[in-house]
Amino acid sequence: MGKIKLIILREYLTRVRKKSFVIMTILGPLLMAALFVVPVFLAQLEGDTKTIAIVDETGLFAPKFKDSEKLHFEILNEDPESIKLHLTDRGFYALLHIPITELSVPNTAKLYANGQPNIIVTGYVRETMRKEIESLKLSASGIDPEILRSIKSTVNLLTIRVDEGGNEQNSSTELSMVVGYIGGILIYFFIFMYGAQVMRGVIEEKTNRIVEVIVSSVKPFQLMMGKIIGVAMVGLTQFVLWVVFTIIIVTSVLSVFSADINAFRSSQLQVEKDPIIMYDSGGETIQPQNQNMENPEQINEAVVAIFDQINSIAFQLILPLFLFYFIGGYLLYGALFAAIGSAVDNETDTQQFMLPITVPLILSIMVAQFIIINPEGPLAFWLSIIPLTSPVVMMVRLPFGVHWVDITLSITLMIAGFLFATWLAGRIYRTGILMYGKKPSYKELWKWLRYRS
Amino acid sequence: MQPALEAQHIIKDFANHRALDDVSLSVPEQQIFGLLGPNGAGKTTLIRIINQITAPDSGEILFNGRPLRSDDVSQIGYLPEERGLYKKMKVGEQAMYLAQLKGLSANEAKQRLKSWFEKFDIMNWWNRKVEELSKGMQQKVQFIVTVVHEPKLMIFDEPFSGFDPINVNLLKDHILDLKNNGATIIFSTHNMASVEELCDNIALIHRSKTILQGSVDGLKKQFKPDNFEIVYSNGKSDLRQLLGEQFMVLEESKKEHETIARIHLEPGSDANQLIAKLLPHVNIHAFREILPSMNDIFISQVNKNERSNG
Repeated sequence: MGKIKLIILREYLTRVRKKSFVIMTILGPLLMAALFVVPVFLAQLEGDTKTIAIVDETGLFAPKFKDSEKLHFEILNEDPESIKLHLTDRGFYALLHIPITELSVPNTAKLYANGQPNIIVTGYVRETMRKEIESLKLSASGIDPEILRSIKSTVNLLTIRVDEGGNEQNSSTELSMVVGYIGGILIYFFIFMYGAQVMRGVIEEKTNRIVEVIVSSVKPFQLMMGKIIGVAMVGLTQFVLWVVFTIIIVTSVLSVFSADINAFRSSQLQVEKDPIIMYDSGGETIQPQNQNMENPEQINEAVVAIFDQINSIAFQLILPLFLFYFIGGYLLYGALFAAIGSAVDNETDTQQFMLPITVPLILSIMVAQFIIINPEGPLAFWLSIIPLTSPVVMMVRLPFGVHWVDITLSITLMIAGFLFATWLAGRIYRTGILMYGKKPSYKELWKWLRYRS
Repeated sequence: MQPALEAQHIIKDFANHRALDDVSLSVPEQQIFGLLGPNGAGKTTLIRIINQITAPDSGEILFNGRPLRSDDVSQIGYLPEERGLYKKMKVGEQAMYLAQLKGLSANEAKQRLKSWFEKFDIMNWWNRKVEELSKGMQQKVQFIVTVVHEPKLMIFDEPFSGFDPINVNLLKDHILDLKNNGATIIFSTHNMASVEELCDNIALIHRSKTILQGSVDGLKKQFKPDNFEIVYSNGKSDLRQLLGEQFMVLEESKKEHETIARIHLEPGSDANQLIAKLLPHVNIHAFREILPSMNDIFISQVNKNERSNG
């Protein structure tokens, strides 16, 4: 045991001290944090209010343009030709010219700007006009826009899981999907990244020719397991550091910007409150009954509903199982990767042996979308108990609720699969590490399996 | 005296061939034992079996008279022919790691390594990365790591490859020192000159079998061709006529003041008779028996075995 500890320590320390590890550990959270922070920062850059001149010859649209945090509208009664030549001088970002047309409902307008006008501006102008045109057309057809608005409705479908004991629990398909996907993808990446590191480590020892020195001191199996465990700890270290750093960076950056963010949020809220936009999105995101979202009671209710859904996901079950499949899946694949590394002399030779190992892994991430559609189906069942695919597939299934029999079966097979994989890998490994020269075939690997140890 | 190591009827089969076929040998304690044989004869397989890296299909290895145990690895030091170090690791750190894998505590390892590093005058390499070292420098580190845990049995496979002549001598001295301090050494090489210089006993493996075993002196006597070399002067008469049937002159070369001749003794005659015949006629400056070199024995025995196997 003492020797395995030495090996684990060496594998761990040499990797953690590498520049690439330090760089990745710092860069990873920065990139992650950037995902959160950059949009806020960019919104910050757009800080100045843009003034847009409007020359509305029809007189129908101008009053509909409402000032917001970012946009200010000035209604003018001048010749558009003279304004458009002096946009910058007069402090206008753009000029909107709505000419009179022959149509009863006009639908043409021109937006002049000194550069390509920003998408927020064009989008806002287009939307505002479209809504006004629609409501004009509605009145022309004799339909009251109020009636149309009251017709639009959303169905609130509350999904409730009933277990055998008759206990009911709110559930959320969307949230389950997200949690399942995230868990599955994390496991997938972890296995691939660090499994490949194990393989590279084995090849390195082989090409360095140090392996024979080491196996004269320790059993090849100890060397293999030491490496797999050492690399796993590197991975876990990096994972934990990423999470911690990301949280630190995001919270610290956000606290610096917090005042601005509040402003940003309120401006967004303002846009949402704009009745015209409300009208447009009423069917989709904002439900008609939520129009008075400011009402504190209703906000409370919505928050409770979200928490209810989050609570409906059995995290007390998912988290330990996530850890189990995270580590179990890695150990199983890590052993197989180590066996591949031992069988070849260099990384380019690994291709033919990599295929049978990467196929189940890639397959499990590819079928995840079908598993989500039918988390109780036969495909989901089988793939979530077969050890090669179960780490990813079971993670995807879990948030939807999985029967304990399936879970027990999957865990048992996972442990059995891990034991079998390490046994198999150990036998290939102890022969492979001392074989140089020609690339072995599968037939030869089979022979290696049967050598006496 | 009980042999330090004994191999008894070792058989090892690989996928397509038998690497060791009923190989038995006995390595006496506190001696240097040469394990010789052409490439592919099975030497490395045997060494790996002694190091418990692979297991024999049948047969047994006895270490100090009892079957080899897995914790005996701390009593054995092995310098493989294919050897290397972690390139990115620092020399000292790596030596510490390997020494501890052999069972030394961190303190012991550090202390002993430091004294070895000083002996080789390489203390200033301690914090350098292995990749900055030349091949010969790396070999020194590897040698130290092999012996630092003071094993009772040391196995050196081609220890001198990659060394310059000065360092070869340095290493030879250290190997002899180790022997004098009580270690038993198995030494595998193709360099027959160093075998004659260092080895007390040898075993010759060819085609997976031991074809020859014994002490270097004994084997030389056993395979001596009964040839003698004499250096003489004032030779007036022809040597061939003088010596007659019993002695065959193989070669004669005349220098300015003396002649060197090589003479083969036919069965039934001895060196004293030869001297008696020569004494009245020539002035003898030197007379010695020509013993075969290990190189000669190696080649002749391997060829003989090759022929008898068709």
